[in-house]
Amino acid sequence: MRSATILAAAGLIAAAGAVNASTLEDVKARGQLLCGTNTGLVGFAFTDENGNWQGFDISICKAVAAAVLGDPEAVEYKPLTGKTRFTALASGEIDVLARNTTWTFSRDSDLKFEFVGVNYYDGQGFMIPKALGVSSALELDGATVCIQTGTTTELNLADYFRANNMTYEPVPIETNAEAQQKYLAEACDVYTTDASGLAATRASFKNPSDHIILPEVISKEPLGPLVRHGDNEWGDIVRWVLNALIIAEEKGITKDNVMEMAASPGDDPETNRLLGTEGEYGSMIGLDADWAAKAIAANGNYGEIFDTYIGPDTAIGLERGLNASYTDNGILYAPPFR
Amino acid sequence: MSVATSPEGPSFRISMLWTDERFRSGFIQAIAMILLMLGAAWLVNNTIQNLSDLGKDFDFGFLWQPANYDINQRLIEYNSQDSNARAALVGILNTLLVALMGCITATVVGIAAGVLRLSKNWLIAKLMTVYVEGFRNVPILIWILLTVAVVNESLPSPRDFRGVETGAIVASNRGIYIPAPIMGDGAWIVVAILALSIAAIFMVRSWARRRQDATGEQAPVLWYSLGLLIVPSTAAYFALGSPITLEYPELRGFNFQGGIYMRDSLIALWLALSLYTGAFIAEIVRAGILSVSHGQTEAAYAVGLRPNKTMNLVILPQALRVIVPPLISQYLNLTKNSSLAIAVGYMDATGTLGGITLNQTGREMECIILLMGFYLIVSLAISTVMNWYNTRVKLVER
Repeated sequence: MRSATILAAAGLIAAAGAVNASTLEDVKARGQLLCGTNTGLVGFAFTDENGNWQGFDISICKAVAAAVLGDPEAVEYKPLTGKTRFTALASGEIDVLARNTTWTFSRDSDLKFEFVGVNYYDGQGFMIPKALGVSSALELDGATVCIQTGTTTELNLADYFRANNMTYEPVPIETNAEAQQKYLAEACDVYTTDASGLAATRASFKNPSDHIILPEVISKEPLGPLVRHGDNEWGDIVRWVLNALIIAEEKGITKDNVMEMAASPGDDPETNRLLGTEGEYGSMIGLDADWAAKAIAANGNYGEIFDTYIGPDTAIGLERGLNASYTDNGILYAPPFR
Repeated sequence: MSVATSPEGPSFRISMLWTDERFRSGFIQAIAMILLMLGAAWLVNNTIQNLSDLGKDFDFGFLWQPANYDINQRLIEYNSQDSNARAALVGILNTLLVALMGCITATVVGIAAGVLRLSKNWLIAKLMTVYVEGFRNVPILIWILLTVAVVNESLPSPRDFRGVETGAIVASNRGIYIPAPIMGDGAWIVVAILALSIAAIFMVRSWARRRQDATGEQAPVLWYSLGLLIVPSTAAYFALGSPITLEYPELRGFNFQGGIYMRDSLIALWLALSLYTGAFIAEIVRAGILSVSHGQTEAAYAVGLRPNKTMNLVILPQALRVIVPPLISQYLNLTKNSSLAIAVGYMDATGTLGGITLNQTGREMECIILLMGFYLIVSLAISTVMNWYNTRVKLVER
């Protein structure tokens, strides 16, 4: 993983032209989308029994590939750690990063990335074995904390303990899998990451009920896909694929009925515009008229993706909460499609 | 053709550059040099171009910004509000610590294994062969991961010590705690006396050597040395009322507090690096000893030297000139291999400067250049010191 960083840095030197041309043209010419993903996080990015990548974040990759190339499977996944992800994106090794990445000021400006939206509103939490009898994060003074290095959680943790005058022993870890192993071996008392990640990790334990997630959520973690600065056309495409999935849920367009609805204009003008049966909206971003229909057909709308991979009926069992549509007391809100 | 090689041809023709032996070598070197410089210029230009395409500048100002992250093992004062430069320094000191500990242990292990592999005892010799081949032929990263896994999974966690009486040393799966010396009033006097004693030992040794050279009489240097080492400092220690006390680790809250804490990551990295490099050093030592012809031993025995003296005065001085140069490479390898530390969460220079700082600031180019510079300087420093030692032990040829 270390060498990946260095390779990527070397890539900055050697990758002439790779980041200059239009990303859309590159992707079309290649016939494949290069998508940066998590190295493995149940529900968000994992490989199924056939070795195919699946998950909440993976669905974004598939939707973008479907919209741009017409084939949701035309994706090459690049598993990246918290440490290697930004260098990989900056050097042009990937076209889009969909790896529960928090949108922050400095990443947007200083690291020269463009966050196209938020696909999961999250916050940082703590998981701890029940046996330790801790009920609040404020009782964690002196604890050994496992933490994924190269993340915002690393910085939040330092801030939180400093603000509350507590000490801790950080154990930096590269991947979720390593953190899980350390935590279960009791080499650390607490594991901290985004609350969704904690729920996903806990779901894979043998005895999930032996561990609790503390009530404190110490940060805002808006997670979303991102692209490089400087190619606004490509940024628009990824942004509107995400928005299309959210609008589809608002409009009741699902995986099952999308092709039927896209076949002929219906009664709702916005649905017609989205699915390409009215107006020339696809050509505005350099795609086919039915790009959104293909994106939705890939995995269904936002709600369907949520329910399939991380929703209440899955082992992870996350509630929609903030991630419900604004019409259902959530804050998920896509700009109008017109 | 015959004209070109003719000695009478006064005029220089361009084809002579590659047909005439007098010019050929210089011409080829010049071409190679030009190509090399063009290649370097292209790389630099390309880097500048790509950085500006990405909208990135080349600026080391980030080093003075607050780092905002915590580091577990700190040899100097550091908190998350200190600068990235200080975080890098903490990492650099951690690298140097594990490299120093590793080099010392690897040398001890290597010399022991190298000598024992030549032992006449079949079992010991074979065991050492297994050790050398086992460690030499498996990648170091695997050994590091294996060691930390063994520490994490097999030793008890601090929770398991609850209600258990712990002694001076505690081995938990988060690392080993050893007693820490507490320096009271007058402790530094004891330390100073100890330092003076050590200096005195060197003086006694050199006096004994000079006397032996002059008169042939041998002095009991070992006893003098031991006496100098123990008696004055012990006397001072008690005379000053035991100013140095030991602080034992104690379980408080989630973890043990007090004592010196050697983290699981440090132990894993240190052990794995020492054993791995030790295996290579063992082979170097064995080769060095075998390089001294057996006739030397026989000659030493013939003049009446005992086996111990034969080894120290005849074999080792000659073996060292074979051992030291490849030993330098092993020290360099160990230092550079320590950059695998992040695999076990040990915060070395690669973990801080080349890891978190790089990641949080996005200054890939600057961080990697600084990191390369650091390893280069450390390696060159080790080489310089070892080369100086090599000149000292080199056989003076007459």
